[in-house]
Amino acid sequence: MNMTSTPPLPAWGAGGPGSEPLLAVEDLHVEFATRQGTVKAVNGVSYSLYPGETLAVLGESGSGKSVTAQAIMGILDMPPARISRGRIRFRGTDLLGLSEDARSQVRGRRIAMIFQDALSALNPVFTVGSQIGEMFRVHQGMSRRDAERRAVELMDRVRIPGARQRLHDYPHQFSGGMRQRIMIAMAIALDPEVLIADEPTTALDVTVQAQIMELLAELKRESDMGMILITHDLGVVADVADKIAVMYGGRIVENAPVHDLYRAPAHPYTKGLLESIPRVDRKGRELYAIAGMPPDLLDMPPGCAFAPRCPYRQDNCVTEAPPLYRIGPTRGGACHYWREVLDGSHG
Amino acid sequence: MAATGDAILEVRDLVKHFPLTQGVLVRKQIGAIKAVDGVSFDLRRGETLGIVGESGCGKSTLAKLLMGLERPTRGSVRINGREIAGARGAELKQVRRNIQLVMQDPYTSLNPRMTVGDIVGEPYEIHPEAAPRGDRRRRVQALLELVGLNPDHINRYPHQFSGGQRQRIGIARGLALQPEIIVCDEPVSALDVSIQAQVINLLARLQRDLGLSYVFIAHDLSVVRHISDRVGVMYLGKLVELGRDSEIYGQPAHPYTQALLSAVPVPNPEGRARRERIVLQGDPPSPADPPSGCRFRTRCWKAQDVCAQQEPPLQLRPGTWHESACHFPQVHQVIRAF
Repeated sequence: MNMTSTPPLPAWGAGGPGSEPLLAVEDLHVEFATRQGTVKAVNGVSYSLYPGETLAVLGESGSGKSVTAQAIMGILDMPPARISRGRIRFRGTDLLGLSEDARSQVRGRRIAMIFQDALSALNPVFTVGSQIGEMFRVHQGMSRRDAERRAVELMDRVRIPGARQRLHDYPHQFSGGMRQRIMIAMAIALDPEVLIADEPTTALDVTVQAQIMELLAELKRESDMGMILITHDLGVVADVADKIAVMYGGRIVENAPVHDLYRAPAHPYTKGLLESIPRVDRKGRELYAIAGMPPDLLDMPPGCAFAPRCPYRQDNCVTEAPPLYRIGPTRGGACHYWREVLDGSHG
Repeated sequence: MAATGDAILEVRDLVKHFPLTQGVLVRKQIGAIKAVDGVSFDLRRGETLGIVGESGCGKSTLAKLLMGLERPTRGSVRINGREIAGARGAELKQVRRNIQLVMQDPYTSLNPRMTVGDIVGEPYEIHPEAAPRGDRRRRVQALLELVGLNPDHINRYPHQFSGGQRQRIGIARGLALQPEIIVCDEPVSALDVSIQAQVINLLARLQRDLGLSYVFIAHDLSVVRHISDRVGVMYLGKLVELGRDSEIYGQPAHPYTQALLSAVPVPNPEGRARRERIVLQGDPPSPADPPSGCRFRTRCWKAQDVCAQQEPPLQLRPGTWHESACHFPQVHQVIRAF
């Protein structure tokens, strides 16, 4: 069987590049004022999401992947954070230009988010039933009784066994996986058009992770919701994403349809990450390791942020930051030497 | 990783129950968390034994028992034939020199008020006979160099180092007394992906150069496979399967091992729709009240009446060359590309 016969997924979802994206982040810059100086957390990030699509944003701690998501949700603490440039367009409207009132109409209702740590995201002193029901009472003015009925339906939908009996339980009475289901129930309560999942399974065991990822995939199949999956795990991405944006030092260094990226990465950082994964055929041998460490966001190098660690580095990498070169109809790579990286020849 | 035949660490029927008590004035025991409940294995010289399992399976309690940091309820842990489980005082101190721990979180396991030199050299304060006072600084610098840190940074503090470097500091401290065994409890799971490979390579190199034996406890199955010669799978305080890495990953016989392997996300999107995935229902039962018979039976798709009545011991079973604890073992290759 030919392994390359799998047709690449359309990178732009069902709508195609001509149609309107559901959500488009354009040239976003976010800074944080700290005592040590200005931390440039996000430096010109652009990505788009179409209905029914799953976009994975892959990066390590400090890459800016979560800050971008918080900017979309409008939950950044400002100050110390400041959005210094850029737009976030949701169905054509720039969210950053809206009043706080208008934004709260979007937040939670049309764009919803789930977090890594469900225990601290849920209120410990209210029952889960009242927290799920609150979505309906606050946003739709539903009566307590109706809200409770809808909460049970939702708990069934996210497969919490014995939903009716567990309605009056508190978050600490649930396991980690069940708490994550409760948070998913709250997020999908109002049928959002975009669901942002920030490391939704990082705190969970692998067998529970598999359950949660399956649940998310199922919920997505049932609606035309677009999903942004923020993660550091190349395995989780490969399982569910349609397209990927890889972030490093507050920038997107590569974006591509999922099959293209795993088959032939165009950025040395992506390539290094893929090569450092332990695999059967690498057993007993030294793992490929990316040298050095992630950049200091307080003191970003003028050129490419990855240059100090890069095996393809040339003189101009240290002085000129590479733009996101267009390397195909649906691909971009922010490396001056993406051709060499794509060919697999080490510089 | 040439493991020779003799066992350097022998663990026999190790049990740790944490009492559950009730009452303020008169405390009475109302039950027990059975964190580790009858674990036996050997670790050979120069070998790496991986221990995998999910949270609550008892793998971290096992690490503490091996180190003599917890006293077992029953059972024995012998290092080079000397018992650590019942040892006290000077005897315990002597046995412990030979086994050291590398912890998960390099951010909380290093004292922020001590310099790197003091942290790495602290074992010499407890075991002054290991290095004469005048020689300690030189030894600490040699250790820093051994783990790939700059020996001139001996007077710096932990916050001046990145996560990966801090983990190296923890490893250097573990090596100070020249132990033969290192217990690694999730040594890379707190690190960024691009840093994990550096630390794994370091551990492999140290093993080769110093002839160390590792007990490598982790939840990341691909990391464990990479570094281990043999692997044990834990569920609710018991080993359910134990064998060479190729047997556990290539020919798993216990249903839990199969489910665990099938749940690992594979970093390759090719053919993802056709992949077999055994999704377990529900959560593991509480270790305070484990099911009768086989502990996995409540989530097992093969469970029959006998599984509730008789506990399957960990032993060689027909059709396999490694030990498993299932009444109905069946080698089933879970096709995985990791």
